[in-house]
This record gives sequence, C-alpha cells and structure tokens, in this order.
Amino acid sequence: MSGKFVVGYDGSVSARRALEFAVDRARAQGGTIVLTHVLEWSPYSFLTPQELEERHSRRKEEMTRAEKAIMTTVKAELDDAGLPNEVVIRYGNTAEILGRVAKEHNAVQIIIGRDGQSALGARVFGSVAGALVQTAPVPCTIVP
Amino acid sequence: MNRNAFSAALAAAGLALMSAPAFAQEQAASLDDKVNQIFSNSTGWFVSLIFSNFPGTNFPWIVAWLVIGATVFTLYFGFIQFRAVGHSIALVKGDYSDPNDAGEVSHFQALATALSGTVGLGNIAGVAVAVGIGGPGATFWMILAGLMGMASKFTECTLGVKYRNEYPDGRVSGGPMYYLTKGFAERGLPGGKILAVLFSIFCILGALGGGNMFQANQAHQQISGIVGDYPGWITGVIFAGVVFAVIVGGLKSIAKVTEKVVPFMGIVYVGTALIIILMNADQIGWAFGQIFEGAFTGLGVAGGMVGALIQGFKRAAFSNEAGVGSAAIAHSAVRTKEPITEGFVSLLEPFIDTVVVCTMTALVIIITGQLMTDPETGLYLVGDNGMIKTIDGSSGVSLTSAAFGSSISWFPYILALAVVLFAFSTMISWSYYGLKAWTYLFGEGETKELVFKIIFCIFVVIGAAANLGPVIDFSDAAIFAMAVVNIIGLYFLMPIVKRELNSYMSRLKSGEIKKFE
Repeated sequence: MSGKFVVGYDGSVSARRALEFAVDRARAQGGTIVLTHVLEWSPYSFLTPQELEERHSRRKEEMTRAEKAIMTTVKAELDDAGLPNEVVIRYGNTAEILGRVAKEHNAVQIIIGRDGQSALGARVFGSVAGALVQTAPVPCTIVP
Repeated sequence: MNRNAFSAALAAAGLALMSAPAFAQEQAASLDDKVNQIFSNSTGWFVSLIFSNFPGTNFPWIVAWLVIGATVFTLYFGFIQFRAVGHSIALVKGDYSDPNDAGEVSHFQALATALSGTVGLGNIAGVAVAVGIGGPGATFWMILAGLMGMASKFTECTLGVKYRNEYPDGRVSGGPMYYLTKGFAERGLPGGKILAVLFSIFCILGALGGGNMFQANQAHQQISGIVGDYPGWITGVIFAGVVFAVIVGGLKSIAKVTEKVVPFMGIVYVGTALIIILMNADQIGWAFGQIFEGAFTGLGVAGGMVGALIQGFKRAAFSNEAGVGSAAIAHSAVRTKEPITEGFVSLLEPFIDTVVVCTMTALVIIITGQLMTDPETGLYLVGDNGMIKTIDGSSGVSLTSAAFGSSISWFPYILALAVVLFAFSTMISWSYYGLKAWTYLFGEGETKELVFKIIFCIFVVIGAAANLGPVIDFSDAAIFAMAVVNIIGLYFLMPIVKRELNSYMSRLKSGEIKKFE
C-alpha cells in the first residue's frame, strides 16, 4: 500500500534527519513524502498599523522565499531520487498544521525531528514534538 | 484617547509646576508665552468654533454632534451594537476566517491595533476629570454614550474596508479620505473630494497634537511626578528617539515589544481595578446607587444632572473616537471578503474602551471614596473651581493614581509605566494615521513620507518640553473637526452600509456564510 508520510521540514539539521528517516520508509513501502513547511503564525499576535498595511505583501514574500529557499532544493533532491512527493507551505501553529495536513492527505504517519531541547526549555517555551504527540490524528515518529 | 477636559486640568497642573522654578525659567517661559500668544491669536477662532457651547448652556455642540450621530446610526441600523455582539465575538475568535488566509491580518489583529490607538491616557486621566467634575452620575452617561458610539464605529469601519485602496504590491490603505472620495463618487454626490481633503488636513493636525504633543506632555508629567522634576526636553528627545527608531528606522522590535506590553498593561489595569472593586465589595451597591442617582439628580455637582451628562458624554466621545474616523484607517487592513465583518468587529472597540476600561477607572475612584461628600446631605462638596473636592485635593491622572494607591500602595508606579506605554503606543498609531492623511494629500513617496515622519518626531520634543496650552487646544479641535467632516460623510454613505448589512445578514441566515472547521 502506498501510504503518505507527512514530514515537518524547516531546513534544520534535525529536520533533515527526519526527512532521511521518512525517505527510507517511503522507499521501502512505495509511499509518498508530503514535505510540510510551517511558517509560525498566530492570528492573535499584535501588529503596528504599518505592519497591518504591509502584511499581505510580506506574506507573499515569505511564501515565495520559503518555496524557493527550503522547498525547491529538497524537492529537487526527492525528484532526483525518484520519490513521489508533495510540498505544502502553511501559516499557523506547527503542531496544529502538521496534524491538519496529515488529515487532509490521509497520511499514515507524521515524522518530525527534534533538536534536543532541555526539559526546562520545553516546559517554558513548549515543544512542537510534545504538542504534536498530544494532538496528532495519526501515528507520529520523532527522530532524535 | 485623552482630550480636552483633561488638558484643562493639565494646564492647571502645568501652571503649578512652572511657577515654582519660575525665576530660572523666566526667559524660557517668556518664549513659551510668545509662542502661545502668536499661536492662540491665529488659531483661537478655530478652537472656540469647535468647542463653542450651545447658547446659554455649557454644552459643547461638538459633543452633541457626536452623540446625535451615534444615535442616528444606532436607530438606522436597528441597534446593531446589541444584535451583533455574539457574531462580532465569533469573528474576532476567527470562527469565520478561512484557514487558507492564515498569515494575513486577522480580525483580532485589526481590532487590537485600533484599540492600542484609542485606549490611552483618556481612559486613566480623562475619566478622573469627568468624574471629578460631573460626579459618579457622569459614569452612567459615559457608558450610554459609549454604547451608542459602537454604531458610529460600525459604520465608519465598514466603509473603511469597502473603499480601501489595494496596491499592486499588496499593500492596503484605507480610511475616511478614501471612502469620502470613492463612496461619494459611487453615489454620484458632489463634494467628496473636498471633504476628504479637509479630513486629511485635520487628521494631520490632530496627529501632531492630540496624538503626539499631548501624549509626550502627559508622559513627561507622569515620569517627573515619580523621579522628580527635570526638563521636559529630555523626555522629549528620548521619546522622539524611540519613535524615530520605530517609524523611520523600521525598528520592529521596539514596536513589537510595545504592542505586546500594552495589551498586557490594559489587562493588568482592568484586573487591578476589579480587585480593588472586590476588596470594597460591600460598597458596590452603594457605588451603583451613586451612579444612578447622580445621573438623574447630579447629587450636588456643578450643573446638576446636565453637568453630569455633559461630562459623561464628553468623556465617552473623546475617549473612544467613535465618529472621528481615525480607527477606520487601522481597521481597513484586515483580510476579509466582506467589509461588513470588520464593522462588526470594530463595534467592540468603544465597548472595550469606554464601557469596560473607562468604567473601571470611574468605579475605582467612586468606590475608594476619593470624592468628598457632605455627611449631612449626602451631596458632593464642590470647590470654587467647579470640581468636586477630593481627599488629597488631586485631580486628573493623580486622582486616578490616588484612588488606586489607596488600596494598593505601590500601584501608582505601575500606573505611571502604563501611562508612558499607552502614550507611546498612541503616538505610534497616530503617526500612522497622520502619515496616511499626508500621503493622501501629497502622494506616496519615500522622501515625502520621511518629511512627515521627521516633523512628527520634532513635535514629540516640542510637546514634552513646552507647556503649549493653545497648541494642544488647537490639536484637540482638529481631532473633533475630523469628526465633523467624517460624520457628514457617514450620513450620505450609510445606505451603502445598510445594503451590505442586509445582504450579509441574509446570507448568514441562509447558511451561505458559515463557520470554518
């Protein structure tokens, strides 16, 4: 069966490890990689009037930059390797969006990396991995 | 915001301050006097025109203008402010926002930004002036006017979004100048352009005055009240430097910090007020009794019931800026397919500003017993200056400070910090409103915009350094002149809003517009 693997990817070393892990699984099962990049965003943050005015154009810029910088390079690699893949770029809370993308794509698994935050750090700032484990609609793999 | 009633009390405080080191400052004072003289001679007619009273009363016609406008919109839209509150809150929560629009300006953000421009010194100091003159009864009229003002906001912010300009690079610009021009043209009415130009001129003047000099001046008064007296230009230069860094240097970090701290301060302020009210829980019934009784009898205040009514109406109008048109500029950046949704959201603004925050200030002052009553008659004791006598003789911001301090001794320090931050965020908001009016008149362009921004920063220093009463009077007048122009426009354009409202409501009912998961 050709399952879909949602990979949270932000260009970091740990995300890279997660991707490699996912590539192995996908190749073994003949699955598809859904590369997901989340631009962290809260609709409840506070902006100055100037930022309000520029928000729409900034968003376009950020999307283009993300597409270009992170996604096209990795996507090219996956294409070269002959792995079926999709690219998703979304705004929002990382854990929430990964869960939503998994649901939309009927994915079999979500795979993310972690950068080894200290327990205290995670307690104070929260961690994507922690939140994802609590909320994910499908099994989750966290690659250390 | 914080306007005129307050600047009177302020001028008095300023005079007291100036007279102490008068000798050393004689020269500087005479320069100030000269500037004041020249300025008041050339602009006095305008100030007295805007703030003139109805013959034989001390009721300023501009207050009536705002309240009548609010009443007309309330009736025309069938008490929209009460019918739509539930839907407004759902919109702010994001229930109706398309998740694919994440990353765009949300309803919440537009509301929060507009609020940071209106919640300010007026809520803290201006209310103290209103209650200090009009007694507890002023609170009742203030709340009533705040509730009516919600309809004015609804009208202007819907139009702000509907007729905004969207540029090819994705930026948006909106506000009364745009809806006056485009809306009038659409209805085939003449004069839209003239109104828009007038509005822009008043908006620039108001931004430099009430949105800038007045704020700087107040912030300095607060700081020097805590650390001791020192020259105002020092505060001015520091403030101007920070403002410069934000609006010219594009230093987002400062703005970001302020934008995060200001709402927090607002919550702390309201929270503390609630705690103080609860600490005096046994007085709550009495306080509301005073508010209702005072509203209809005056309880001995100058002018009786009418005196209380004037003060309350004035404070609400000056504080939430409903009908002035400034908020329409901030609200117009929201991402929505339906302009009317921003109208729904914006009507929460006068509610939060006036009905919640202003009322808290008033309740704390009343409940902590700052206002002195005659033990025999139960009426308030009024001094020669027409103000109710207070325990320590304070008025304005120091009355609020004393009221909070009587229950929580260290709160005045937090309050001072809040005042400074509110002043700063109001300045940032108004620098933007002024800039939009400026670019409407002179066109967009980096140099043109830079000229305005530098002028704005210079006025920060002037505002903090000098005791320019007439200048501040003039800028107050300019802000209310904005309301004259804006509300005329709203009367002509309100059928357009009605059409939007009916269409939206029917689609909401039929289920065509529904919540997103």
